[in-house]
Amino acid sequence: MMKSERVVITGVGLTAPNGNNLADYRSNLLACKSGISRIETHYMGEVVAGVCNYDPLKYQKKKELRRGTRAGSIAIYCTHEAMANAQLDLDRIDRSRIGIYIGITEHGNVETENEIHSLKEYGYDLKFWSHHHNPRTVANNPAGEVTINMGITGPHYTLGAACAAGNIGIIHGAQMLSLGEVDYAIAGGVSETIHSFGVFASFRNEGALAHHPDPLKACRPFDRDRNGVVVSEGGCLYVLERLDDALSRSAGIYGEVAGYAMNSDAFDFILPASEGQVRCMQSAMQKAGISPEDIDLVNTHATGTPQGDPQECRAIRQAFHGATPYINNTKSYIGHTMGAAGALELAGNLPSFEDSIVHPTINLDNLDPECAMENLVVNEPIRVPKVDCILNNSFGMLGINSVLIVKKYC
Amino acid sequence: MTKEQIRSAILQIISEIAPDEELGEIKDDVRLRDQLELDSMDFLDIVMELRKRFGVEVPEDDYMELASLQSSVTYLEPRMSHL
Repeated sequence: MMKSERVVITGVGLTAPNGNNLADYRSNLLACKSGISRIETHYMGEVVAGVCNYDPLKYQKKKELRRGTRAGSIAIYCTHEAMANAQLDLDRIDRSRIGIYIGITEHGNVETENEIHSLKEYGYDLKFWSHHHNPRTVANNPAGEVTINMGITGPHYTLGAACAAGNIGIIHGAQMLSLGEVDYAIAGGVSETIHSFGVFASFRNEGALAHHPDPLKACRPFDRDRNGVVVSEGGCLYVLERLDDALSRSAGIYGEVAGYAMNSDAFDFILPASEGQVRCMQSAMQKAGISPEDIDLVNTHATGTPQGDPQECRAIRQAFHGATPYINNTKSYIGHTMGAAGALELAGNLPSFEDSIVHPTINLDNLDPECAMENLVVNEPIRVPKVDCILNNSFGMLGINSVLIVKKYC
Repeated sequence: MTKEQIRSAILQIISEIAPDEELGEIKDDVRLRDQLELDSMDFLDIVMELRKRFGVEVPEDDYMELASLQSSVTYLEPRMSHL
């Protein structure tokens, strides 16, 4: 049975390379503090990456950590934080009416690589292959670990959607609420990708892995000297509820899911295409019943690759044709948090509804003329007349596009 | 290895696969599952660690021999005494 289709955000739980809750994360975005560092990874040596430093023992036992995955741990941390932030007490709500919908870029690479790496010590004899490999690598693992840790008995699964997954987790959660499938959706995305050497090696061999003597400056979308992606781990999960339900319990509301769209470029395995991105932005605005003039802020997907950034800039210019929303970018601080990216980047901008401040894109020293956009917020936060409507871009490999529009609830 | 060394080795393995547990008061003649939060995957971990550390194979039919610390030592002693 269809229920109220209006869905709102009532809780946020996150971990990013520069913050383990929304207040710290936002504060560091406004202070232009990047969270990128150097790590050692198997076979690759030192690479720049975004590492999260949340306390995993806050919500998990040591045994759970030993048995589970990093993605599962991040998801558990974010879910607990989001539920607490939404002031939801698990002992007072029906756990079978909670759905866990988590976007992932990939899952299982880390665990499989680790097994093979460990197996070398035993001459690749498969009798030393861990029995934990199966439950660690099933695609629902990060969401399933949440249900086990918290005793949540509603549906759980992940949405594999490359780097568009964070947005798509939120979109899917909103859809399930609209269908009446659940009463609370834990929705967003997570990533453990920095623990996979293969992802770094693959980006490097595509000529798309960022490098810079100073890791804090490695991720530089729109800059003439950008040279690739900074891979990061992270997570951001929201509590979504139907508006009527949220109002009936006097929940605090961060914003309303106003519109969204998902589509495909049908063009290339790696390269993005602006035509699909334009259609996706236009479709999301159409579904939200708004025009480009109504969007106050665009969070760009731009990852800092030479090929990708100009495609999105071209798409934004075309989709907004004359309208001039403020435009920013969050990867310049936290790198590409892959499956978490869309959700984390939205979180960094949600406080703008209240304080009308837009965080900038950082590390932009020499603007690439192909990336020039009116009202691109650069290197310093600015106060703007109002932010009532945010458009959040998130795109991924195989030409998957997702656009989410969130508006201020009032 | 002596019986006492084998007992210590098993306790060391259990301390790593069940790191939240307090092992100081463990009773040798009581089933491990009745004293600790251990499930079938944990017992597979014990089997795996015996294989990795000592080259000892515990066939599936013998898993029940690992039920308690005492039965484990009795079962493993002839298989580990040469180590």
